[in-house]
Amino acid sequence: MALPTIAFWMLAAFTAVTAIFTVTTRNVVHSALGLSAALIGAAALFILFGAQFVGLAQILIYVGAVVILFMFGIMLTGTSIRPVVDNDQRVMAALVAVAVFIVLAAGILTSFGGRKVRFDVAFPTVAIGHALFTTWVLPFEAVSILLLAALVGAIVLARRD
Amino acid sequence: MPVVAPLLLSALMFSCGVYGVLARRHGVMLLIAVELMITAANLNLIVFSQLLHNAIGNIVALFIIAVTAAEVGIGIAIVMLLYRQRGTVAVDEMRLMKW
Repeated sequence: MALPTIAFWMLAAFTAVTAIFTVTTRNVVHSALGLSAALIGAAALFILFGAQFVGLAQILIYVGAVVILFMFGIMLTGTSIRPVVDNDQRVMAALVAVAVFIVLAAGILTSFGGRKVRFDVAFPTVAIGHALFTTWVLPFEAVSILLLAALVGAIVLARRD
Repeated sequence: MPVVAPLLLSALMFSCGVYGVLARRHGVMLLIAVELMITAANLNLIVFSQLLHNAIGNIVALFIIAVTAAEVGIGIAIVMLLYRQRGTVAVDEMRLMKW
């Protein structure tokens, strides 16, 4: 096997195990840490598939900011001790999740069964930036307005008055 | 490498997220499960970008990451507000819009 294929299988196993750990552990802090591990695995897969800028942005934004925000949410609500973790529909939820996976897997296998993907195209940051500030400049500005609105909204919601 | 392998991994991550959203009571853990689902969608976009030799998947994935950051900020603010008003973060105890 070629080196990228071996790397893919190792990263895929890591990401799958940490994703399952994230939704099955009984500890809230362990769940957030499992999420950060799963997101790092996914970011490594992004880089493996040529999306270097998206992978690094994923590490910076998700692992650096979003998981820390989750940690703040867990610590400030002081609920990491009391067990308010799962509700009593775990079995039904597991059945639904397995059914979703079977339907998705059937669709994927019938649609893309024979196709091969190679790791031959990289998307360098220069190309991404150029596309982002020419073709996609209007969605880019809309997203910046959205982030500003979310910032103001979060401050207004969480402020004590 | 067959393209179904990363797509099946993405489907597995998405199913984990579905299970988490349905089975969790803790508000922050619901948001964590939603993050898993969004990352699965991003993985699909990146894989199809590589398969079709087209950069649009990468750019849409960047937009999704930015929108997710906004969503998490608002979501954590709402969870903290609920905790301050009702003393719990268990989402199945929030039955009333107003009382």
